[in-house]
Amino acid sequence: MEKLKIADKTFTSRLFTGTGKFRSSEEMEKALVASGSELVTMALKRVDVKDKEDDILTHLRHEQFNWLPNTSGVRNAKEAVFAAELAREALETNWIKLEIHPDPKYLMPDPVETLKAAEELVKLGFVVLPYIHADPVLCRRLEEVGTQAVMPLGSPIGSNKGLKTDDFLKIIIEQSNVPVVVDAGIGAPSHAAYAMELGADAVLVNTAIAVSDNPEQMAVAFKMAVEAGRMAYESKLGATSNTAKASSPLTEFLAKE
Amino acid sequence: MSFVEQINRYNWQDVQESIAAKSAKDVEIALHATHPTLEDFKALISSAAENYLEEMAQKSHQLTLQRFGKTIQLYAPLYLSNECQNICTYCGFSLDVKIDRKTLTDKEILDEVAVLKSYGYDHVLLVTGEANKTVGLEYFKNAIELIKPFFSHIAMEVQPLNQDEYETLIKLGVNTVLVYQETYNKENYKIHHPKGKKSNFDYRLDTHDRLGRAGIHKMGIGVLIGLEDWRTDSFFAAAHLDYLEKKYWKSNFSISFPRLRPCAGGVELKSVMTDKQLVQLICAYRIFNQEVELSMSTRESETFRNNIIKLGITSISADSKTDPGGYSNPNVNLEQFEIHDKRSTADFIQAIKDQGYEPVFKGWDPVLQ
Repeated sequence: MEKLKIADKTFTSRLFTGTGKFRSSEEMEKALVASGSELVTMALKRVDVKDKEDDILTHLRHEQFNWLPNTSGVRNAKEAVFAAELAREALETNWIKLEIHPDPKYLMPDPVETLKAAEELVKLGFVVLPYIHADPVLCRRLEEVGTQAVMPLGSPIGSNKGLKTDDFLKIIIEQSNVPVVVDAGIGAPSHAAYAMELGADAVLVNTAIAVSDNPEQMAVAFKMAVEAGRMAYESKLGATSNTAKASSPLTEFLAKE
Repeated sequence: MSFVEQINRYNWQDVQESIAAKSAKDVEIALHATHPTLEDFKALISSAAENYLEEMAQKSHQLTLQRFGKTIQLYAPLYLSNECQNICTYCGFSLDVKIDRKTLTDKEILDEVAVLKSYGYDHVLLVTGEANKTVGLEYFKNAIELIKPFFSHIAMEVQPLNQDEYETLIKLGVNTVLVYQETYNKENYKIHHPKGKKSNFDYRLDTHDRLGRAGIHKMGIGVLIGLEDWRTDSFFAAAHLDYLEKKYWKSNFSISFPRLRPCAGGVELKSVMTDKQLVQLICAYRIFNQEVELSMSTRESETFRNNIIKLGITSISADSKTDPGGYSNPNVNLEQFEIHDKRSTADFIQAIKDQGYEPVFKGWDPVLQ
């Protein structure tokens, strides 16, 4: 399988993972190690970046993991930039998952504030991965201001509903010049495989692994699904059709020529 | 239109009767609704729903798990003062109750903070009575500046304030404000709040609109269960939540369940809520609203609190003291109410873990002001 490159990093695994909602940090660590994930995101509001012994961060100190702090909880561009700078200073990474969802009910990303923050963060030298609606035009605008990837949602965060936005994801994947990471809503390995078959460069999964009865096993299931989907994509899937195509009755006579 | 105007659209008696009229069929519809409405909420809190408690609990558990994961947020109340100019028939701080009165000095506040930090708390709830001259905006500003460096999240449960005062406090670092209406029944409210600024029902009811306009991150609502028919009162709280959520769409919301118990010499209760009914109410709120924070204090017993962890509650206090200075210098003569679950923080953390949940101390960051 092809490796994935985002900014200065190369990834073998195309499964990115979240660190919230687990019953313990030990269980989180086991599951994420088993997932093979090489990029893990953590909410700044949950970790204590000033505490060297923070429980979540301690369990994420593995060679395997690159850290992707996220700005979950901020309500506008100004707070997002402030949060990103704090993360860069404390966690020594210039990667940031930009999340601005001022609506606490459906956690819908604010496109206006996200674009504004992305532009500023890029200028400040961040590698910006913005969480957004599956909006093809917004993806192009973000690419223009210099984000290193785009992270359109499959369905609302934590909803496990799968790729409700697949028609728009297909347009985004077709048009994008930066990696497309499908984020949010992936509730089953089959959803992840589907995203990869469509040509997504990676997926990000959290809730489906964290709240399952056996997170470690579920993490492996997602690992396999992402690999299967990617392999299928690289091998080129056959075209689909609503009718059977056993022969060519209308043009068969030409074969005699 | 503010909620003060909205509430006039409802007639208390009609609401009470419509809840009583809900049938088993209404409950089943509510349990299977994709987006439950206020009518569904009525069905879920009705007596008809008492036969569906296990189903409600299962649904509430699943919805909570999906949204909040296997985590429980911990917080601690910090009583700053028990001075109060109000008479409230049910409250231990009421002006006419003969207890010692105390307002913490800077040093005493910091002594309390030191104890709470040693227990591990990172979310604090500041509590006072209502004594505007001594414990007003200036006192709060000073207290918040003192406390801010030590906590990631600061909540307040103090007298209702004006919008500009809230704006000032939010800038200084207040993240959440809790104001309970006590009861949404205006006539009965007057009986229980005969004297003091609190006797103004409309000013209190308008508080969350002022908070919303001030841009607060989270606001809490609730009724003092027992003052009125709990089903009808809870319906009004849910209607309040529904109104606020639509209008102040950037705010988070929190519901608490302070439950009065009958006691000798205490206020006469209009309805006594059983444990079963409290579980029903908690589950009804969760089914009605997947993202609202449901909060529980140490008023409830050890057994009840252990079992409620999986049922929809997402935020819990532990090891609490309800007297100003109580953590560093306890004095029962200053208490608002006697807590029921007296376990240490360490013991309670273990109880959460035993249920398969992670106790979360830090769930916010000062950067998110």
